[in-house]
Amino acid sequence: MLKIGVKDLAKYPFLTEAGEYLRNTGLSLEQLGHSDWQPIVEKAYGRIVVASSGQIYGSDLEGLDNDSELLSFLVAIILLKSAGIATLIRRFSLAESRRAERYLQQDLWVSRDKKNLELPLKIIQDLFSINVSIDNEEFVIKVPDYLQRAVHFHEKEWKLVNRRVANGFVYLSAHETVRLIRTELGEYINAKIQSVSVDSIPQSFKSRVDDLVALAKKFSDTTYVSSEYPPCVKHGIEVLEKGENLPHSGRFLLATYLLSKGQTVDQIAPLFKNAPDYNERTTKYQLEHISGSSGSGTKYQCPSCEKLRSESLCFATPDCDGIINPVQFGKKRKSP
Amino acid sequence: MIEKDVSLIQSAFKEYYFNRFDLIHVPQRATEREFGYQKFNSGMTRHLVVKNDKELHLLLMREVPSDVYCSNAYYTFPNLPMSEKDWKGADLIFDIDAKDLGLSCRKDHTVFKCSSCNNHATEFRSQCAKCGSPKFETVSVGCKNCISESKKEVTKLVDIITTDLNVSKEQVEVYFSGNEGFHLRVTNVDYEQLGSQERADLVDYLMFNGAVPESFGMKRQDNSKSSLPTFDEKGWRGRVARRLFSSKSKAPKITREIIASGYSAFQVQLEEIKKTMGVRVDPKVTMDIHRIFRLEGSINSKSGLSKIHCTNLDSFDPYLEACLLGDDTVDIIADCPVQIRLKNKKFGPYHTEKVSLPKYAAVYMLCKGLGNAV
Repeated sequence: MLKIGVKDLAKYPFLTEAGEYLRNTGLSLEQLGHSDWQPIVEKAYGRIVVASSGQIYGSDLEGLDNDSELLSFLVAIILLKSAGIATLIRRFSLAESRRAERYLQQDLWVSRDKKNLELPLKIIQDLFSINVSIDNEEFVIKVPDYLQRAVHFHEKEWKLVNRRVANGFVYLSAHETVRLIRTELGEYINAKIQSVSVDSIPQSFKSRVDDLVALAKKFSDTTYVSSEYPPCVKHGIEVLEKGENLPHSGRFLLATYLLSKGQTVDQIAPLFKNAPDYNERTTKYQLEHISGSSGSGTKYQCPSCEKLRSESLCFATPDCDGIINPVQFGKKRKSP
Repeated sequence: MIEKDVSLIQSAFKEYYFNRFDLIHVPQRATEREFGYQKFNSGMTRHLVVKNDKELHLLLMREVPSDVYCSNAYYTFPNLPMSEKDWKGADLIFDIDAKDLGLSCRKDHTVFKCSSCNNHATEFRSQCAKCGSPKFETVSVGCKNCISESKKEVTKLVDIITTDLNVSKEQVEVYFSGNEGFHLRVTNVDYEQLGSQERADLVDYLMFNGAVPESFGMKRQDNSKSSLPTFDEKGWRGRVARRLFSSKSKAPKITREIIASGYSAFQVQLEEIKKTMGVRVDPKVTMDIHRIFRLEGSINSKSGLSKIHCTNLDSFDPYLEACLLGDDTVDIIADCPVQIRLKNKKFGPYHTEKVSLPKYAAVYMLCKGLGNAV
């Protein structure tokens, strides 16, 4: 049996073992409400504030107080659940997963001599069912496990063809191994928080919960959406308006883009009227298929900028501003 | 297709489906797969369940389809509409087609058929010599070179999937497609769950698409610090090294030369390697996790040849081994301006003339649109 110490739990407070540890101490929520424990509540609140600003909460694990590191995480969850604001929970999960990511990477790296590798590998194995093994100081995972995660990354270096592959395994550095599971780690922590139910909280928690509600107001609805179409979509519409032929991939772009902006099949269909091969029934059928209301039920997503570039459908302007998908065009975050 | 042609072809197909039960089997896990078929001059019937060989044989004899298909995917309910089938996984499939290989021999065995008057020409013209129409269909007939070049692609593919991807040889089945190429099916549980995007990236790996110089140790800046892969490395790094250096002893000298020529020159070299060493498969087929794929043992209506298992690829001759229709003679009006070779016999060229041919050759020409039943 792998022994997980309190220092490990301070690093990875989302592990099931953390709850067990707390139970064994016999500490109850009621007791945490006592003013002696107020520093933990403050620490927990601080942890959320740091996360909500997009920073990563740093812990002093060399200090003696690993208990309060662990407890502040658990109290933070209670505060978040009581405030009940999804944006905060999401930001917190993300920041906490980045924090855990740092420790995982460190643990993988420093213990690649196998002495102490059990814990990080066990976390990856238990939480995400990926078997990671070691070959000559490098980490190896099975090709299908790799592909299922790496396809969500857009950088070329993550394409399988740009990795070292041998005998069905992909070779990765500690950093890359951890990067690969980032999203899942975030989702795991998020799900873990979602699964917690909080009935009543100690009085001493209440003012901090109110503060969280106030804090969250800053994040609500801060995106500003331009009504202007991105240049690739404009180009497609122009081609159709002129009655010229737009290739299938261009039509697919228009349909998926406009659907993603909330237009309906009936609103989009007339756009294709000028196409040289226009057929009302076919157009409707295809639009419905793309929208997911008929056929396999798959709702097709707008193709990425990279895909459009390779199809010669990208007409990027400075306004595109580094987006990776046309649907992001014109969305700017107002600084809170 | 005109009725007379259909009935000649159908009778030949029926005879095959009646006599060659030994060649026609459902694939493993048949009850989890979707089947479909097409009849001549008619649409596709799909979402069928065929539980075993017996049901398959009955279907073939009852319907005499022009083409028969079976899903690479496994479903809980294969007979329900797509959205309710409950996808469980899919075999990895590959399609290698000679027409995608850009071979120079293609012009020697491609016939241009005028879409309006059916006049045939062996060379491309912008207009039909007979009626002036600008629209043509192209028909390609069997060619030894096309087959041997396609085999090379199969060999490359099998090599990469068995070494880099750790798929065992027993898990790879190679089939002649029934027309101008090969189909491969890989049954390996590790890969079964992969979705379409994952398969697309896997195909890019096999085709050597999207490789960047950095992955092979070439630096864009401070290029003198580059270190190229070594001869004995596995995967593409080793393959690239072996191609670039050609022998171990030349490696240090060539490495210096490559690094001196710089990043962009290396990028060009990688492009070249892609053309020669990348496997040319049809990416759409491999990416499709709901495809119904031609069933092994069935006849391909583009040619009248069967899709059959190739146990020995090197010696495999599709125009002998996959040509399985009867050899009693039938009369047709052949309009086949190029010579074809089937079962080691030569036929044609024929210029709109009535000829008596063995059934397999007659059906081949009819399927290709290069003749009509009398």
